[in-house]
Order: sequence, then structure tokens, then C-alpha cells
Amino acid sequence: MNELITYLVSGVALGSSFALIGSGFVVVHRVTRVVNFAQGSLAIIGSMLSSSLLARHLPHVAGEAVAVALSGLVGLVVGFVAIGKRGTHPLNSLIITLGLSFLAAAVVILVWGQDPVSPPGLSGHTRLFGAEVEQQRLLVLGLTLLAFAGLAVFFSRTYLGKALTASASNPYAARLVGIDVRRMGLLAFAISGVLGGLAGVLIAPSNALSFYSDLPLALSGFAAAVFGGLVSPLRTLAGGLGLGVAGELTAGYLNGSYQTEVALLLMLVIMIARSSSFVPEEAK
Amino acid sequence: MLRIDDLVVRYGAATALDGVSFEVGAGEMVALVGPNGAGKSTLINTVSGLLSPTSGTVDVDGTVAQVPEGRQMFPDMSVEDNLLLGGWSIRNKQLDEVFDLLPDLAGMRRRKAGRLSGGQQQMVAIGRALMAKPDLLAIDELSLGLAPIVVAELAEHLRFLNRERGTTVLLVEQEVTLAFDVCPRACVLEAGRVVATGPSAELAKSEAVRKAYFGDLEVAEQMTHTQTETPEEARR
Repeated sequence: MNELITYLVSGVALGSSFALIGSGFVVVHRVTRVVNFAQGSLAIIGSMLSSSLLARHLPHVAGEAVAVALSGLVGLVVGFVAIGKRGTHPLNSLIITLGLSFLAAAVVILVWGQDPVSPPGLSGHTRLFGAEVEQQRLLVLGLTLLAFAGLAVFFSRTYLGKALTASASNPYAARLVGIDVRRMGLLAFAISGVLGGLAGVLIAPSNALSFYSDLPLALSGFAAAVFGGLVSPLRTLAGGLGLGVAGELTAGYLNGSYQTEVALLLMLVIMIARSSSFVPEEAK
Repeated sequence: MLRIDDLVVRYGAATALDGVSFEVGAGEMVALVGPNGAGKSTLINTVSGLLSPTSGTVDVDGTVAQVPEGRQMFPDMSVEDNLLLGGWSIRNKQLDEVFDLLPDLAGMRRRKAGRLSGGQQQMVAIGRALMAKPDLLAIDELSLGLAPIVVAELAEHLRFLNRERGTTVLLVEQEVTLAFDVCPRACVLEAGRVVATGPSAELAKSEAVRKAYFGDLEVAEQMTHTQTETPEEARR
């Protein structure tokens, strides 16, 4: 039983980071129709920056916050390159983001080397239903839920968030009322950078990341986003958590080498089973 | 208020507007009529700044807001949010004035725009355009897909806006009877060119305009008349 609790908490924490990465995919896709395949790289850059800043004795919270903010800036740069030129087709932008993810891997190797990095996180354990659970994993879950609540409030309550939603809902009408849809797209890329950076900062203390972690992270995040129909942050959260838990249970009870395969297979089965409900709709 | 001079707009090799010139004075209500493909929507989109002229000029003395063809709602957002976003360009978040002008909107403010009837959506589209406090309101196909009684109500709202606020109205309308009824002056477009302009009452009687605009209709009417003759009438 204790083992199960441990696996579940680990899975939820890992799934939270998938959900954050997935929500980055969703935010960008909703506004620009572009699938940003540099999303995994943004998580790696966030974790690397956090590691460097903390190593330079920047205090916790400040170090992580600066890393997340800088990831947002990197996301903005990705946006400029991907959709900066007016009239760029979303498919071309997708290829550009794929190219940028390769470039980001090269930059990470140049600056931080090839070895996995794991910055210090929240130390200590706490007892949950009789099992010893890392506090860092609970922190990941708490901050992820906070981030999703923040996203929901931003999109539904703020003027800027509503303009972003409007740009996604009807770009033609958005242009008619004077909303700069391209600028909204850039903002979406910046938000995706923040979400990706946050995922990297949160996951790295428990799961060391290196330049080649971007693809598995992007793949898992994309699977979560597809589970959410690439439009719904809430369903993306559910998809990410399901993916993380399935992966950890597989690693714990079966074989760690099949972790990703089993999780993705499960996701595929769920998606096929409820494929009729995958119709475009706005975020819930 | 609006001066269009020798305007040419092309989509690739196709010429949508070919040397269009006309003026709209402040506080006027002017109809832009013509058959399908005449270039009416292209003209209104160029006036709104959505399209760029290939050559020629469009000078607007003030701000323009457009009520687009097909209403173009943000369907999953509330009526209130649709209206608020209409004020995005000037960051206007005051809904009271629009609710004063279009009181029905206040009662549906919490409803999702996509679930409203066509007439209600058209009213939201007008209210959304008014949130930008435009000097010129450009309306593309007011009556499209709406019942005559709804159209009559919307037309009355437009007259009220023009009378009470002095808002200049440029109405693109395929339903020429409505357009001439609402707007004292009109401009007739055909194949991207202005073929007639002047008071609506005169244009309605103009044989040249009737032929340009109703040519097919007259033929159709004659054909219908012929077909409804009794065998006895036909023999006579």
C-alpha cells in the first residue's frame, strides 16, 4: 500500500510537469494554430537556468522565479522566429519550432555540457497515508494546480486574457475590433515559455534533466495536450496526470524501460475510446 | 467624413474595385448597393482598414468600426465579453452607453453569444462596434439571414443612432429596398465600379439603375407573368 502511494505521488508530480508542458502547447495552439515543438526545450532551459542561478547562491524562490521569467523571454524569442513574419503558415512555423528545439539542444550542450542537471529542491519527506513522500513532489503538484488556476483566472477574468481567447475563437473578428492577433500570438509563446520553464524548474530536483530530455518531455506534454484536444487546459491537466501516474506505476510494478511506451499506449487507448468527444471547443 | 478617390483593390490578378470614388459627409447615412460580386464587401473592408488599396486613397476623418457580414461573434464568450472586446482599441469598458442605445442587450449580457438568434447576434455585433465609439459605422449586410420584422427593428436602431448620436452610417446591403429605405443617399456598385450615386428616392426610380441592378429580376418578372397566363389569355 505504501509503495502504491509513493508511486501515485511520484506519478502525479511527474504528470504535473507533463500537464504544464502540455498547457504550453495548448496556449500557443489555441491562439496561433501552431504546434510549438520547442516546448520541451523550454523546460530544459528553465531547469538549466535554475541550476546555474542557485549555484551562484541566488536564494531559492528568487532563483527559480528568475529562471521561469527568463524561460518566458526565450519563449517570446521562439515566437518571434516562428510567427514573426506576417502570413507564415502554421505548418512552416511548426517546422521552425522543431529546428529551434535542435538549436536549443546545441546551446544547452555548449553552455551547460552533456551531463544531467538536478538543482536542489525542497528537501525532506512527509507522511501521506502511511507512506514517506518527498515534499518536493507535493510542491510540484501544489504549484501546478496554482498555475492552472492562474491560467483559468487570466483567460476568463482579465481583459488581456479575454483578448487572447477572442484571438483564438475568431481571429477575423478579433482583428475587426482592433486586437493585434500576431501580438497575441507572441504573448501566447511567452506564456508557453513560462509554463515550460516552470515545468523544468519543478521536475529537475526529482528527475535530473539533460539536453536530450527535451524530446521525451515534449512528447509527453504533447500527448497530454492532444488528450485535451489542443484547446482545453483542464483536460490537458487530466491527461498529464494520467500519463505520469501510468508511467510511474509501470516503472514500479513492471519494467522501468517500458515506462514511456506503456503510458503513451494507455493514452492512445483512451483517446481512441473517446475520440467522438474530440471536437474543437474553447477552454473549459 | 469619408473620401474615397480612384480606389483600386486587386486580389492577385482579379480586380475587385476599379477606380471607385465617392464621398460620405459627417452624419450622413449612405447605402452601398449592388449585385453579388460588385465589390461592396471589399470596399467596406478597405474603409475599415482590413484590406489595403492597390492604388488610390481612402481618407477617413475619425474612427471606423465595422459590423461584419455574418455577425462574426466570439461564440463561446458572453454577450458582455463580446461587447467589452469591441472597446479594445480605445480600452472602453463602459457598457452603459451601449445598453442605453440597445436596451435588449442588457438582458442577455450573461448569455453566450453563439447561442443567440441571428437577430440578437446582429444587435450584439452593432453594440460591439459602438463600443469603439466610432465616427463612422460601416455595416456589411444588415439583413442577411434575418426575418423582415427583425431587420425593421435593427434599421430603426440605426436611424436612432444616426439621429441621436450623429453617427455616420455606411450600409452595405443587397436588399436594395431596405437600403434605400434606411439611407437617404446611395451609391450603386457594379463589377467593381460606381455606376450611379445620388438620393435613394431618385435612384430607386432611375431606369438606368433599375436595369443595372434589377435587370435579371425584370426579365424574371416578365417570365413569371407569361407563365401565369391562362390558356385563354395566352390565346388572346
